[in-house]
Amino acid sequence: MLLLVLAGLGLALFVVPLVGLLGEVPWADLPALLTSDIVTDALWLSLIASTTATVVSILFGVPIAWLLARVDFPGRALVRGIVTLPLVVPPVVGGAALLFALGRRGLVGEPIYETTGLLLPFSTWGVIVATSFVAMPFMVITVEGALRGLDERYEGAAASLGARRWTVLRRVTLPMIGPSILSGLVLTWARAFGEFGATITFAGNLQGRTQSLPLAVFVALESDRDAAVAISLLMVVVSLIVLIALRDRWWRSL
Amino acid sequence: MSLEARMELHRSETFRLDVDISIPAHTTVALLGPNGAGKSTAVSSIAGLRAIDSGRISLNGRVLDDPDSDVFVAAEERNIGVVFQNYLLFPHLSSLENVAFGLRSRGVAREEAVSRSRVWLSRVGLDGQEKRRPADLSGGEAQRVALARALVTEPELLLLDEPLSALDVATRSSTRHVLIQHLEAFEGPRMVITHDPAEAFLLADEILVIEGGRITQSGTADDIRLRPLTPYAADLAGANLLRGSAEHGLVDVDGHRLRVADELVEGAVLVTIPPTAVAVHTTRPTGSPRNTWATTVAAVERLGPRVRLRTGPPLSLTVELTTAASEELGLVSGSEIWVAVKATEIGIQPNV
Repeated sequence: MLLLVLAGLGLALFVVPLVGLLGEVPWADLPALLTSDIVTDALWLSLIASTTATVVSILFGVPIAWLLARVDFPGRALVRGIVTLPLVVPPVVGGAALLFALGRRGLVGEPIYETTGLLLPFSTWGVIVATSFVAMPFMVITVEGALRGLDERYEGAAASLGARRWTVLRRVTLPMIGPSILSGLVLTWARAFGEFGATITFAGNLQGRTQSLPLAVFVALESDRDAAVAISLLMVVVSLIVLIALRDRWWRSL
Repeated sequence: MSLEARMELHRSETFRLDVDISIPAHTTVALLGPNGAGKSTAVSSIAGLRAIDSGRISLNGRVLDDPDSDVFVAAEERNIGVVFQNYLLFPHLSSLENVAFGLRSRGVAREEAVSRSRVWLSRVGLDGQEKRRPADLSGGEAQRVALARALVTEPELLLLDEPLSALDVATRSSTRHVLIQHLEAFEGPRMVITHDPAEAFLLADEILVIEGGRITQSGTADDIRLRPLTPYAADLAGANLLRGSAEHGLVDVDGHRLRVADELVEGAVLVTIPPTAVAVHTTRPTGSPRNTWATTVAAVERLGPRVRLRTGPPLSLTVELTTAASEELGLVSGSEIWVAVKATEIGIQPNV
């Protein structure tokens, strides 16, 4: 009985805000609100940034996971700690750190700017960098866990059949941890889609360039409550679509 | 055509593998030993999944691993077919794709790889099972897919790591039949790793007993059965492995009939009688064990606190009893005795 009550109270924490949000939705004005430039710009930017960050996370996160799971090197614990740091450090701090490192006068930013003229802060690329910074750890820890759980003897069996390291990875390792990569993908994308703190700190809040949906909500709350509600609803719906679309695999592998 | 493997390696602080294995072509050698004896480590080293610390492995004259001259041929460059313990079929690939994997990895074109793999699936009796995934295969079928996968690339050496131990008794005998056929047909050296003496005795021409990382005895099944050199080998030898034919709960072994509990098994069978299950009496035992007969003691041997003896005709069995019991009965070579075995103590399994 006590368990039921506690579970019910816990569920209320999730359900009440949703109901509150739905109660505020200005249904009649919704089409106009959602088609305004601010919203479509932010939606487009959010989709591009979170999807690109997910691709980046696969491209770099899977090799990092492989390194952490399969290569025994000194300082591995430290590397793992650094990679997972963005999970615990406040995103604002992460954004500030990125700014110090990659800003126009930053350690790495200055040479980049001077040689290529590329300026990451306050650009869409900056949004992608900030988003990848906070989201990639989800891919790394999920895939690393899966690699550790995978019986390495399968890879040995593949090698004994004449498969080179790359073939083993492509035809045995990756397919066998496929469900976990998919989970990592969902977690990474979800974290990237909701990213706020590092983005606003590092990339600023410029409509059409760096203003993603969460930033648009934040701004709209000050000026146009209805717009804030509409954007929030949009984010809830997009997130639900992604979660439901991948639900089966997602539950199975977690 | 032969395998020469002198291997020394440290698996941990306390465990050291130090063995010398030599297998001529067309010969099956069994590496027989308890769990943790180093059998799988030896397989890994020969397959190239683990480098040796010192020694030298060569196959058909090609050096595969020789730390002294910095030679190490990677697993994928060795031409060795391995049937792994638990088979390790790739769960996301069909039977056909599993078998074709080695050919594809070695650059054989898809069409040819598929047709050669079909031929091999058919050879192991799995026609029409090409599309099934490992999860949908029975243990015996999985074993045969693993065998086809190992053989399709025409390896120079065949390694089988506990090929039958994952199977239930009924499947084991029919799968063993398939295995023996393919071992016979394989021209190169073959090595079977097992902890099951029956498997070693049935599959191998020569047996190497491995204990604690060292080979403690080598020879034919009879050498080890009749002249075990260590307590472990003696235990193996004591397994009283006999061949007979069963009918209605009676097994005929060389004209001697044994009553067994299992009345369903018919035809050719393997009979096992644990040496501790044979009771020895100096007079005809009263009570009613179903199998009782008079015989003589053919040989007596002391093994620490135990005595092992061999009975004479009509049925030669290894019997083990405590030294105290043996002294009480005054057993010496030539003593006239009665032996009794309960029907429930006699194990039988079909021997196809």
